[in-house]
Amino acid sequence: MLPGMATAAPVTLVVGDEELLADRAVSSVVAAVRADDPGAEVHDLVGGKVEPGELTGLSSPSLFGERSVIVIRSAQDLAKDVIAEVVKYAAHPAEDAVLVLAHPGGVKGKALVEGVKKAGADVVTVSKLTKPAERLDFIKGEIKRAGRSISPGAAQALLDAVGSDLRELAAACGQLAFDTEGKIDEAAVARYHRGRAEVSGFTIADLAIEGRLGEALEQLRWALATGVAPVLIVSALAGGLRSLAKVGGAPRNLRGGQLASHVGMPPWKIDRVKRQLGGWGQDGISRAMQAVAVADEQVKGAGTDPAYALERAVQIIVASRTGR
Amino acid sequence: MGVFEDLVGQDRAAAVLGQAASAAADVLAGGRGAGMTHAWLFTGPPGSGRSDAARAFAAALLCPDQGCGHCDSCHQVEIGSHPDLTWVRPEGLSYSAKQTRDLVLKGAGAPTLGRWRIVLFEDADRATEAAANALLKAIEEPPPRTVWLLCAPSPDDMIITIRSRCRVVTLRTPSTEAVAHVLATRDNVPDDMAWFAARAAHGDVGRARRLALDEEVRRRREEVLSIPASLTGVGECIAAAERLVKTSAEDADAATATLNEVETAELRRVYGEGSSGKGLGKGLVRGGAGALKELETLQKSRATRIKRDSIDVALLDLVAYYRDVLAVQLGAGVGLANEDRRREVETLAARSTPEDTLRRTEAIMICRERLAANVNPQIAVEAMTLALRDPRVPR
Repeated sequence: MLPGMATAAPVTLVVGDEELLADRAVSSVVAAVRADDPGAEVHDLVGGKVEPGELTGLSSPSLFGERSVIVIRSAQDLAKDVIAEVVKYAAHPAEDAVLVLAHPGGVKGKALVEGVKKAGADVVTVSKLTKPAERLDFIKGEIKRAGRSISPGAAQALLDAVGSDLRELAAACGQLAFDTEGKIDEAAVARYHRGRAEVSGFTIADLAIEGRLGEALEQLRWALATGVAPVLIVSALAGGLRSLAKVGGAPRNLRGGQLASHVGMPPWKIDRVKRQLGGWGQDGISRAMQAVAVADEQVKGAGTDPAYALERAVQIIVASRTGR
Repeated sequence: MGVFEDLVGQDRAAAVLGQAASAAADVLAGGRGAGMTHAWLFTGPPGSGRSDAARAFAAALLCPDQGCGHCDSCHQVEIGSHPDLTWVRPEGLSYSAKQTRDLVLKGAGAPTLGRWRIVLFEDADRATEAAANALLKAIEEPPPRTVWLLCAPSPDDMIITIRSRCRVVTLRTPSTEAVAHVLATRDNVPDDMAWFAARAAHGDVGRARRLALDEEVRRRREEVLSIPASLTGVGECIAAAERLVKTSAEDADAATATLNEVETAELRRVYGEGSSGKGLGKGLVRGGAGALKELETLQKSRATRIKRDSIDVALLDLVAYYRDVLAVQLGAGVGLANEDRRREVETLAARSTPEDTLRRTEAIMICRERLAANVNPQIAVEAMTLALRDPRVPR
């Protein structure tokens, strides 16, 4: 094996649907080869366009002994016979070529993933981050890469403000590290980022039920503008009112665990609903829920403007609150 | 006439169909056949026996004796295995244009046994507009020996271009006496049970039979009818709605679980699972995953429909309950569907006004419309129970 090849495996498979991380994994391999041989040639190919025999051609030794890196992105789109070629190659890789395959996971092109794994390729898994805690870790990691540190509160504020897209988060982290000095705290984040990037239906429901009409409408507009599905907002409104009705209608003598099992909600949620119950009476809840049913109908196609239907529902909910 | 005897309380329709069957025999013998036509639309309220009437007519057309009821042909129609009868029963939420085109192709063939080729389309109202349009040409000018039999609750459920191409047979709601009589004579149900079921099913023969024969169906009805009295507070309304939706979901699960499993196993087998030989024995062959996915979509659509139908049965029971309340309030001298709950009905009648009762009925009807319009079942049913508790809440 030639010197420097130890840093990059002859065949690397990047599996996962998180684009940013996949890109990074691919470029780290390329960088490793380049570090060793700045003259290495990089062939960047897209899965659907790779012809049979192309890989063999590119990986065959060149006359001048240069190293080459072959990157195949969207490897799920590779044709069947190309997959066979790749798998065969993976078992006996060329000495002075490095192959990187990026596959988003899933069923399509599964034969490639399995075949290449079996042939002993390096596998890097990059899956989408789904939990908020994972995203916070990602932010911390990003800042650390830049040689800095961030307080937990600041990380949370940044996540709220920027949203959950990793590419945007990474860019924001890089910018913050560049713009500020010392440990990044909440004040630093607040100086550059303000507000919330993503509003869930639950936020709107809570605001409406607590009677904060202005804020509720503002958040509703924001949610619609950022692409939250109207159906989700309706079901959040219905869910909030349903909890009110359940907790409000529960027998007075139930407490704690008994109450929790009676209404089928965790105790912390019951406490919050109890605080929200002030100002709500049976008729009010009834009226508000009718409005939500109308809104759901409108959103599902009976009306022409889901935004109007939702705004109206929020207004009726707030107006029903002061009624008994 | 043998095959038409099974139709409950539909003497007029049976006479028309019998005449048409004779005319059809005349056509086959080379006559003019006045009174026979190539497209029929059977309409009538649920349970009036639309598909039964259509099937009887099909049997009469295919039978050399115009529906004797005991020959091979009649028997094959009865069990649905007659080669010249294509029987369509949409299982999903709707019937697509693609499926309809296949159907048109099937209907275009010549009859195998030399009499008629019949396409019986149950619940034709489930056809989407595009699907109905795909039918137009086939219904207007079918091959000489093809007959289309469509069934729908009312002529208005079909697009006007279909309606105008069909001869409409209107079935009426059979009387309580007729239904009770059928239950007592054909299913050997004791007299008082037969009357109870006939009243409770308000003219739906199939439902009356299930009520009379199945303890579980009766128990479910009791549960539904106890809803109006239980709606004392908002919390109770929510709970009642939750129960109703949950039971219907369980119904759908129970009805589909075994069916789905069999279908999926069958499809996997078709795509080569468990088979051996060169190139096989490695799971599904090409195209299997896609076919499985398509099947799953169909199964999901069927489950949703069963769930909706199950809620709808409950809603109709509730409508009948408030109809009784209204009958008492207005002093109408009609029999109550819920004779067994007469005291409760009378109490509610005395405590509320006819206007309230109408508002409540309206709320149930709105809920049915919403369910059909794909509104979240829980939200729709909650809005209904809340409106039943206090009908004067503005909507």
